Amino acid sequence: MSGQPMIEMCRVSKWFGAFQALKDIDLSVAKGEKIVVCGPSGSGKSTLIRLVNALEAHDSGTVIVDGIELGDDLRKIEAIRTEVGMVFQSFNLFPHITVLENLTLAPIWVRKLPKKDADALAMELLERVKIPEQAGKYPGQLSGGQQQRVAIARALAMRPKLMLFDEPTSALDPEMIKEVLDVMVELAREGMTMVVVTHEMGFARTVADRVVFMDQGEIVEAARPDAFFAAPQTERAKLFLSQILGH
Amino acid sequence: MTNAFILRWLRANLFSSWPNALLTIGALWLLWRAVPPLIDWAFLDAIWYAPDSKACRAAAGEGACWAFIADKHRFILFGTYPYDQHWRPALACAVLIGLWIASALRRFWSWRLVPIWIVGLVVVGVLMWGGVLGLPYVENERWGGLILTLLLSTFGLAIAFPLSVLLALGRRSGMPVIQGLCVGFIELIRGVPLISLLFMASVMLPLFLPAGVTIDKLLRAQIAMILFAAAYLAEVVRGGLQAIPRGQYEAADALGLSYWKKTLLIILPQALRISIPPLVNTFIGFFKDTSLVLIIGLFDLLSTIKVSLTEPAWSGFGVEAYLFAALVYFAFCFAMSRYSQNLERELAKPEPGQRR
Ligand SMILES: Nc1ncnc2c1ncn2[C@@H]1O[C@H](COP(=O)(O)OP(=O)(O)OP(=O)(O)O)[C@@H](O)[C@H]1O
Ligand SMILES: [Mg+2]
Repeated sequence: MSGQPMIEMCRVSKWFGAFQALKDIDLSVAKGEKIVVCGPSGSGKSTLIRLVNALEAHDSGTVIVDGIELGDDLRKIEAIRTEVGMVFQSFNLFPHITVLENLTLAPIWVRKLPKKDADALAMELLERVKIPEQAGKYPGQLSGGQQQRVAIARALAMRPKLMLFDEPTSALDPEMIKEVLDVMVELAREGMTMVVVTHEMGFARTVADRVVFMDQGEIVEAARPDAFFAAPQTERAKLFLSQILGH
Repeated sequence: MTNAFILRWLRANLFSSWPNALLTIGALWLLWRAVPPLIDWAFLDAIWYAPDSKACRAAAGEGACWAFIADKHRFILFGTYPYDQHWRPALACAVLIGLWIASALRRFWSWRLVPIWIVGLVVVGVLMWGGVLGLPYVENERWGGLILTLLLSTFGLAIAFPLSVLLALGRRSGMPVIQGLCVGFIELIRGVPLISLLFMASVMLPLFLPAGVTIDKLLRAQIAMILFAAAYLAEVVRGGLQAIPRGQYEAADALGLSYWKKTLLIILPQALRISIPPLVNTFIGFFKDTSLVLIIGLFDLLSTIKVSLTEPAWSGFGVEAYLFAALVYFAFCFAMSRYSQNLERELAKPEPGQRR
């Protein structure tokens, strides 16, 4: 983990109208590092990771992703987005095209990959998320867990350097959570840089290099997972952990 | 068993109360009074073919004089287009209807329709105007009848539709100038009746053109109709755009798709698909509205029928004439409306279902 960090945030703030969703955030993510972000609802977790691929624009401070500073320049934003994969809570697959086409669309139209190569890459990724047999179906015909695995494969099809996950398992039935987490653990093993918003503390323990705890738009604590879970430093983190581990 | 069922059905639906029973009996009486004479007039006593109007006059209102339509059908269909060239508008009609049918089939729904339409419309233009490929040139003052109605509505919609998509996108673009222009255009056009747009196009537009420049009447009417249709269609398309969840935009953005790629590949295919039933409804209205060009002196289907009636031999057969016009309009509109109903039902199914 040397050289320039993958994400560098410096005194970043974000307002929605008069409401400040993020307050002077400083966060640096090294290449290959896996970060789990947790915190109570409304604490700004989604906002934080959506700043990284400019789905939200920050109001002050600097955000540098893979050496490129995010600003108003649309070309820079598009360049960053091709390098950063994102997985949403609600999958957001494109319902009007097949699973295979969901995977090949961006490689063909953004990366200018020939269709044959894009198809081959897509099939390889579908193997990796263990649903190659669903390639010809439409997203609406798949279970939630399958859809989320397709969404991960779709993001990976762009060969990203960084993957963002916004509560990827919280819209899933319990029996499907594991199949998605397995894919993510596998991805982490391969060395992908990942920022994951999740309350799956088992996942945090196995893969995270650091757990970032947020509350009310601030990063309250950032620590290695064993330290964070064994001995949280702040009252807010203690309360949060007791709430989510309590049941 | 079945008898009892029928009786129960009658009681429940037609004779459930005293007023209801009276209404049922009244309606039956009206039907009995109206339908048999109508059938006699329209079919049994009708004169289907006659060399001239004498036979019809002799029948004196006992039966319908369809011979009038038979005699005038070429004029009603093709206006004053040169008689020996009538195969050209006939073929053009077929091409236009073919384009519509192809667009209606779900398996053709893709961007391939765009080149198909462009080729189709060019073919129609060549057929109608001629002047190339050994086809004699026919100036568009001589176009008329059903083909003119089809031309006005098809070219109108074919150009208005892409324009309306741009207007709808512009209205949602968030760029103040573009948004303002689109909103202004849409509201302005929607606030004016079509008839006044047509008058403006035919009377006022020439006043603003520099001396010596003329745009022919048909083109002016067509432009007015395109602007009119575009404003209405834009609002329908905007409705479709609004129904697309934000997550679709975000997923496309997150993959690095540019605005136009996102719009053309992700947003529009979904938005247009859900807008098709209301779009078809707007098409139906527009198809009927083309008949208003009659007031600025173009010979569409309705005008040719009107003109046929001014011929002394056939004057007085207006009922037949207008019934025929109504039937033709009805055939087109009913087909479109049934299509949109079927489609609505199909699109309402939960899953996209089978492969395209
Ligand atoms: N587009 C928006 N407009 C206005 N306020 C917003 C918007 N998006 C988020 N917020 C507010 O910003 C705060 C942080 O939201 P965010 O979605 O980042 O929270 P979160 O930590 O992801 O919560 P959750 O666990 O519920 O997803 C919330 O109070 C939310 O109401
Ligand atoms: Mg969130």
